[in-house]
Amino acid sequence: MRLPETLFASFAVAAACIAPALAYDFGRRPTPDEIRLWDIDVRPDGKGLPEGSGAVARGKQVFEENCAACHGDGGQGGIKDRLVGGQGTLASDMPVKTVGSFWPYATTLFDYIRRAMPYPAPGSLSDDDTYAVTAYILSLNGIISADASLDKASLPQVKMPNRDGFIPEAEFGPTRGAGRK
Amino acid sequence: MSESEPESPTLSRRRMLNLASASIGTLVASPALADTLADVPPREPGADLSAHSERSKFVQIGRIPEAGPGKRKVDPDEAINSKTPLQKLVGSITPSDLHYERSHSGAPELDPDKHRLLIHGLVQKPLVFSVDDLKAMPSVSRVVFIECTGNGWENWKKADPNLTVQNTHGLVSTNEWTGVPLKFLVDLVGIDRGSRWMLAEGGDAAGVARSIPLTDEILDEAFVAYGQNGEPLRPAHGFPMRLVMPGFEGNLNIKWLRRMKFGDQPWMTRWETARYTQLLANGKARQFQLRMETNSVITSPSGMMEIRPGYNRITGIAWSGHGKIARVEVSTDGARSWKQAQLSHPVLPKAQTRFQIDWDWDGKPTKIVSRSTDEKGNVQPDRGSFIAEMGRNALFHYNAQQTWSIDEAGRIRNALA
Repeated sequence: MRLPETLFASFAVAAACIAPALAYDFGRRPTPDEIRLWDIDVRPDGKGLPEGSGAVARGKQVFEENCAACHGDGGQGGIKDRLVGGQGTLASDMPVKTVGSFWPYATTLFDYIRRAMPYPAPGSLSDDDTYAVTAYILSLNGIISADASLDKASLPQVKMPNRDGFIPEAEFGPTRGAGRK
Repeated sequence: MSESEPESPTLSRRRMLNLASASIGTLVASPALADTLADVPPREPGADLSAHSERSKFVQIGRIPEAGPGKRKVDPDEAINSKTPLQKLVGSITPSDLHYERSHSGAPELDPDKHRLLIHGLVQKPLVFSVDDLKAMPSVSRVVFIECTGNGWENWKKADPNLTVQNTHGLVSTNEWTGVPLKFLVDLVGIDRGSRWMLAEGGDAAGVARSIPLTDEILDEAFVAYGQNGEPLRPAHGFPMRLVMPGFEGNLNIKWLRRMKFGDQPWMTRWETARYTQLLANGKARQFQLRMETNSVITSPSGMMEIRPGYNRITGIAWSGHGKIARVEVSTDGARSWKQAQLSHPVLPKAQTRFQIDWDWDGKPTKIVSRSTDEKGNVQPDRGSFIAEMGRNALFHYNAQQTWSIDEAGRIRNALA
């Protein structure tokens, strides 16, 4: 029985030497299809927006069926967050922070609806309907016209009223380390 | 102290003990006190051994679910957070079941066998990990505080005198967390040179997602935790895995973590634009104010407690997202003069530190307040200068000094200053 022991000992030494290489075997490679399934985030430059489009008129219908119960008819007066109005109130004693008065990027609205809304069934709206209800909420705020339609090219072009209302922290914001490699 | 007992000209040992126990907040009704040793119940055989040890039936302790500022005593389905009973805790570690809780679409019960962590984006090699994969990797354990970005939000505009410290400051807790350093995972996937941000996303219904700047400090200290106070995470705190970001706002410590994506710019998610940004008086909002600032609060005596003239021990907790607490000072005359409190060891970086100081109350109305200083020299601001800088609408990142007023009857109440 000496032989197996010797083999085991030499294997152990070899294993110790190659441990860093073994460490790279943690996990497995995902397939591109798998990544697509989860890769739902959208950036202000439009990266991540899917194909499809939606018009304000369709968005009104989607909103009434999926959103109005919590956010109120027309995005106001519901039991949950008010989505409309408040422009011009941010510097007052009673600021009203809504999509229209406060949100700096229209892409955030698409991202948030797609990932988190409607509350009881997030992810249940089609991409077309997500564009549509995004368009409807923006039109309620007077940001796009009532006959507008949105897609991955036009949504990032929407200029939000409070786009310049934020002061990023120097230590952690997007411009941190600017001028430094 | 709430119990009635005969006044005694000297501070008897019994009263001293009563004061001491009340001052750590264990105000459990005990109508039949043991006046002599003969009154102490006789010894008797105890309970059988069991799989879990429960709290004593004499200990009344629990969190309180609340909604936004001023929205208390709400139905559980309307609550958005549940606050730690700071006034009833001792030491600096929060029991796991009393760690504050904040979630955006409830606490999911995730099956660890089916949970996966996807790491992708600007990396050389995207990878998927199981919980077992993570547990097989080198691990770190660290005691850190996690604090909800909104902690302290009851006091921005006014001070409701009927609040306890649980109401005003109960959204901070300290646990030991165990998991895999972010740096180890980053090395496995090999992030590109252009990767300056990481999107961390939860597997909760809301898919809470935050852009995290890849500073040296964050790369060195962040970790993906699967352990909490020596056991697997509780579902409310991210089971089976969560991000822990020592010193940074609670919302960044993504629970139920299922995806990390690397990129060259922030994603500007709802939680870093519409929420967790601080609206200043001029209508502009501070953004990416991610670090939790130097803070402290007296937990005993604190809101809704009562004290008596004479000896009182003042105790509380201090914490800073910058590092260790260097000093805590306590004022018992409404911030006119200050005395240095004693810190309980060990004083750990980015963890709660307990402080205490003896005090003889002369029975006259006064105010007590604490202020902390961390090892980087950051001093917890007084309310006036804090509001002058941040206004009253910021809602998040409140770290002004907390004042408790005391009237001639010894009643402690929440006050602005």
